[in-house]
Amino acid sequence: MKAICFNFEIHQPFRLKRYRFFDIGKDHYYYDDFLNDDIMERIARNSYIPAAETLLRMIESNEGRFRCSIAMSGIAFEQFEQYAPEFIDVLKRLADTGCVEFVAQPYAYSLASLNDPEEFAAQMGDTRSLLRNRFGVETKVARNTELIYCDDLAPQLVELGFNGVLTEGAKHILGWKSPNYVYTAASAPSLKMLLRNGKLSDDIAFRFTDTSWPEFPLTADKYIDWIASTPAEEQIVNIFLNMETFGDMQPATSGIFAFLEALPRFAAERGIEFVTPSEAIARLKPVGELSVMHPISGADEARDISAWLGNRLQNEAFEKLYSVAERVRQSQNRALKQDWLRLQTCDHFFYMSTKRKADGIAHSMFSPYETPFAAFTNYMNVLADFLMRVQEEYPEQVGNEELNSLLLTIANQGQEIEALNKELMAMRKNAEQYNIEHRLREANAEKTPKATKTAKTPKATKAPKEKAAKTETPAAEPKKRGRKPKAAKAE
Amino acid sequence: MKALMFGWEFPPHILGGLGTASYGLTRGMWECGDMDITFVIPKPYGDEDRSFARIIGTSQVPVAWRQVDREYVDARIGKLMSPELYFALRDHIYADFNYMRTNDLGCIEFSGRYPDNLLEEINNYSITAGVIARTLDFDIIHSHDWLTYPAGIHAKQVTGKPLVVHVHATEYDRSRGKPNPTVYGIERDGMTHADHIITVSNLTRQTVIDHYGIDPSKVTTVHNAVVPLDAELLAIPNPRQTKEKVVTFLGRITMQKGPEYFVEAAAKVLRNCSNVRFVMAGSGDMMDKMIMLAAERGIADRFHFPGFQKGKQVYEMLKASDVYIMPSVSEPFGISPLEAMQMGVPSIISKQSGCAEILTNVIKTDYWDIDAMADAIHSIISYPAMYKQLREDGLAEVARITWDKAGQKVIDIYNKVLGR
Repeated sequence: MKAICFNFEIHQPFRLKRYRFFDIGKDHYYYDDFLNDDIMERIARNSYIPAAETLLRMIESNEGRFRCSIAMSGIAFEQFEQYAPEFIDVLKRLADTGCVEFVAQPYAYSLASLNDPEEFAAQMGDTRSLLRNRFGVETKVARNTELIYCDDLAPQLVELGFNGVLTEGAKHILGWKSPNYVYTAASAPSLKMLLRNGKLSDDIAFRFTDTSWPEFPLTADKYIDWIASTPAEEQIVNIFLNMETFGDMQPATSGIFAFLEALPRFAAERGIEFVTPSEAIARLKPVGELSVMHPISGADEARDISAWLGNRLQNEAFEKLYSVAERVRQSQNRALKQDWLRLQTCDHFFYMSTKRKADGIAHSMFSPYETPFAAFTNYMNVLADFLMRVQEEYPEQVGNEELNSLLLTIANQGQEIEALNKELMAMRKNAEQYNIEHRLREANAEKTPKATKTAKTPKATKAPKEKAAKTETPAAEPKKRGRKPKAAKAE
Repeated sequence: MKALMFGWEFPPHILGGLGTASYGLTRGMWECGDMDITFVIPKPYGDEDRSFARIIGTSQVPVAWRQVDREYVDARIGKLMSPELYFALRDHIYADFNYMRTNDLGCIEFSGRYPDNLLEEINNYSITAGVIARTLDFDIIHSHDWLTYPAGIHAKQVTGKPLVVHVHATEYDRSRGKPNPTVYGIERDGMTHADHIITVSNLTRQTVIDHYGIDPSKVTTVHNAVVPLDAELLAIPNPRQTKEKVVTFLGRITMQKGPEYFVEAAAKVLRNCSNVRFVMAGSGDMMDKMIMLAAERGIADRFHFPGFQKGKQVYEMLKASDVYIMPSVSEPFGISPLEAMQMGVPSIISKQSGCAEILTNVIKTDYWDIDAMADAIHSIISYPAMYKQLREDGLAEVARITWDKAGQKVIDIYNKVLGR
């Protein structure tokens, strides 16, 4: 039985405000709240909320037969909390249905996987915590930023506890193979790969309202027919889309919501199911392995990482940012760590691309900047201020390792001091106890004076020195006597 | 196809962009093949490049009969005009201009520059144009800039051949909305008599349509280009000794070029950066005012005024620069940023200039946006990636902006006008 696996991506960056070089060192708030508020509110109203509600209706009316998955960045989540909290409620309802799998992707929707494994692991962990704490869901399926994937990533994902990954069905990797199968990662065979079907996904995402497209208008039954007409051995069709396709990129007036809602009915007629990624992985056998030496992605014609790291500007910004990764991780400053995540979002680099033609149009369509040079200048100014703040906390002169050992020493010393303090407190208590008990003994000793005198004389004749010592310290004597019986008691 | 072009400046004796553009365009058209071009200028010096066009100087065109023999003519003007041509022109004098001030060869003296009696010179120019038009054989007339429009009109009236008028700049633009009525009149006259109008940018085209009342279908934009640098200029070594960055403005120091915005932006940059110097090269009516302004802002120690740069000096100045800036208030086209890009200097231009329409690897700001300008300057001098990106992509881009493309567009317009 064929199955469709949907994945809806939800992401919006914290766009930067206009930040001039003379703001460096003075202004530590980098974000354009007005713009972000405006955009978030608009997209939530036109796209995210209606789309999510459509999915809810599809789940309810099909009695759980409709299943899909969602990938959300932590950055977007933070913005929803600020600007569109009602959407979070809808997401919670989706999570509660049990028919929607929330896959894990880097919290900051960043390119950390390309440069800093520790940062990548931390961000995947942050997302999992977010999903667990706010939605009560867990997952074993991962999805990297814009479906970026390469062989080096697979072992890392397995180590982090994932058994599946979503990525792009890039032609230059697949060659003659079809994306409509489950594959395993060549570098980590326990990791299963689900590949996006680019043609069918883009039919909805880009061509749905393109009147020059021969297949326009696209109806739900035609679409399901195409899927049903794929060869019988092809068991899975992965449709990965940005959720803003529904309502924002393709407006509601195009009928996109009706299209989506009609799919389960026609799929049922043709015997096509819907599955979550985990179900696909569990159910289907992989037909082979795929090796990806150089990173692939879902972006641009080239389907590689040139969309973010294709020119000099992007590379310099990227290097500068990650040069302080370790120091930021060691920092306890919450504001610094928050900015660190927000500055990593891949969109900032996307806006700096100088590509032309079709790719260029796609880049400039989403960019709040007029030119890629303006994007670079703005980002670098912000980064300069950020680096200055990191520098203030941990000066550059101190190397990372030296810093580490110093911090370790400080921590150790801290522990030692604590332990010593405890000992001191204990000893003080002991001393106090002794004093109290001595006074009690003293009081007892005064009640029986004769016994003490006879005890005294034989001692005096035997040891004249001792006598002298005793007369010297008459105050000590009664104490000593007091102690002897005590010592005897102790013995 | 035979074309008769009227111009005012020609390299190497140029005063502004008009000469550079005239040369480049004519050469570009010749490169497209099958073009026989005659270029008329007021005062040739003899050292002009005549490989692609026949150059005729109006200072050598007789308007009054003089009985002179071949040897005399050869001795007097042999280097500038062949005696055969002189005699042929003399045969076509159409009226007695002896009442005008003419020399021993019956020619009127021209300065070749922009003197106080400019309108008189323009009129004289059109008289000589009448003689030329009656003598030579050509298919089409092409007039560069308003100074030669009367000549073009006269030539058209004499021969009936079509006239194409090339608007390099408009009086409306130059005067910021308060044009000199005489000059405006000459410009409009030329445009209405022309069979087609070529403008150097869409900005200029819009001005012609909106403020001169011309039918849009009669106006076409052909963007200027730039002549590739010869190896000698590219090999100029960097004359600079210091590690400080240099930001350069190179052009006429006049209101239209927005020099005061440059000074203000420089002051802003110098408040936060110290290892940078600013250069305003060129001369003009606002030069003294700018020197005062720099002093007022307290940056006179880092702001330099080297004066007018001639020929090779321009390229040496560019080679020593890290940033080139052109904050023009209104620029019909602006070839100088292209020259800067050829020398590998990242450029900042105003959005109100014609070249902004075709360039992508430059930083564009509004001419009044001092903050953006200062930010852009800071970015280029502080972030090496920005410098390298603009430099390299700029070099590649400007290498594609060649005169033969513009030349071909002009030839297509000729064909359209001639009905071919």
